[in-house]
Amino acid sequence: MTAQEIHDILKSQFGDAILEAKLENVPDPFIKIQTEKIKEAAEFTKSDERLQFDYLMCLSGVDYKGKLGITYHLYSMTHRHKIVLKIEVPTETPNVPSVESVWKTANWHEREAFDLFGFNFIDHPDQRRILLPDDWEGHPLRKDYQTPEFYNGMKVPY
Amino acid sequence: MGLLDQKFENSNIVVTTMDNLLNWARLSSLYQMQFGLACCAIEMMAASASNFDMMRFGVIPRATPRQCDVMIVSGTVTLKMASRIKRLYDQMPEPRYVISMGSCSNCGGPYWEHGYHVLKGVDRVIPVDVYVPGCPPRPEALLEGLIKLQEKIRNETMVKKKAV
Repeated sequence: MTAQEIHDILKSQFGDAILEAKLENVPDPFIKIQTEKIKEAAEFTKSDERLQFDYLMCLSGVDYKGKLGITYHLYSMTHRHKIVLKIEVPTETPNVPSVESVWKTANWHEREAFDLFGFNFIDHPDQRRILLPDDWEGHPLRKDYQTPEFYNGMKVPY
Repeated sequence: MGLLDQKFENSNIVVTTMDNLLNWARLSSLYQMQFGLACCAIEMMAASASNFDMMRFGVIPRATPRQCDVMIVSGTVTLKMASRIKRLYDQMPEPRYVISMGSCSNCGGPYWEHGYHVLKGVDRVIPVDVYVPGCPPRPEALLEGLIKLQEKIRNETMVKKKAV
């Protein structure tokens, strides 16, 4: 199924919640969706007979300076088609509904996004750091992150 | 030549100093901490394998720090790992030696500027005897570093050094 057809199915289901789409002349066509609707959209894209996106290839955080975003790369093993979903949240209140209940892969991916960007995933069963030590302060992949002078008595800058 | 000269009839006796004997024993059986941190570890494994055969120098990997003489820090030391490295070093019996292998472990390497999570040189947490440059160093370079360490051990002495 082409990106345009996938977009049309989502548009007919979610209407105004589909904010933006770029479907041509990009390596990965994407559809931007309202943050509040992302879990609903995830459940729909997985369960719908025509879409069947049963595989979350990657879930990545992005800092757009001023707002944060998450990109979901989806693939369907059944239909061999793929699509990218995007959401955006304000940096001050980065609350995102968790899609862990839809794709179990999202568990660790969301922990990583929390670790490095500081998202708050609503209803995530185990939201704690996955890469950095538990006593680390801050979320390093944010654009305004300042490298600490010391960590546990060890000097960090060169 | 002194009191002992020409007094022994058994030819199976070697006369040496305690320093020489200990140094020879130590440098000929450098048991190595068996762990690797990053891509340098691949080169370290190549150095241990048959083409380079680090075991001919007496380097045998041991899986516990309590049986080790030398720690080869082979790779990027993250801040999370640094406290573990320190603890492993503290568990090694003396005399103990450290070879810092590769740019990351020497000075932070490619992560020197933007690596918020990388320790800029393992010598910030443990003392280093030999630095092996390279990214990663070839097995020959690691062997060179090992031979440098053996030279260092060969010249050690139990006599307390006096300030000059």
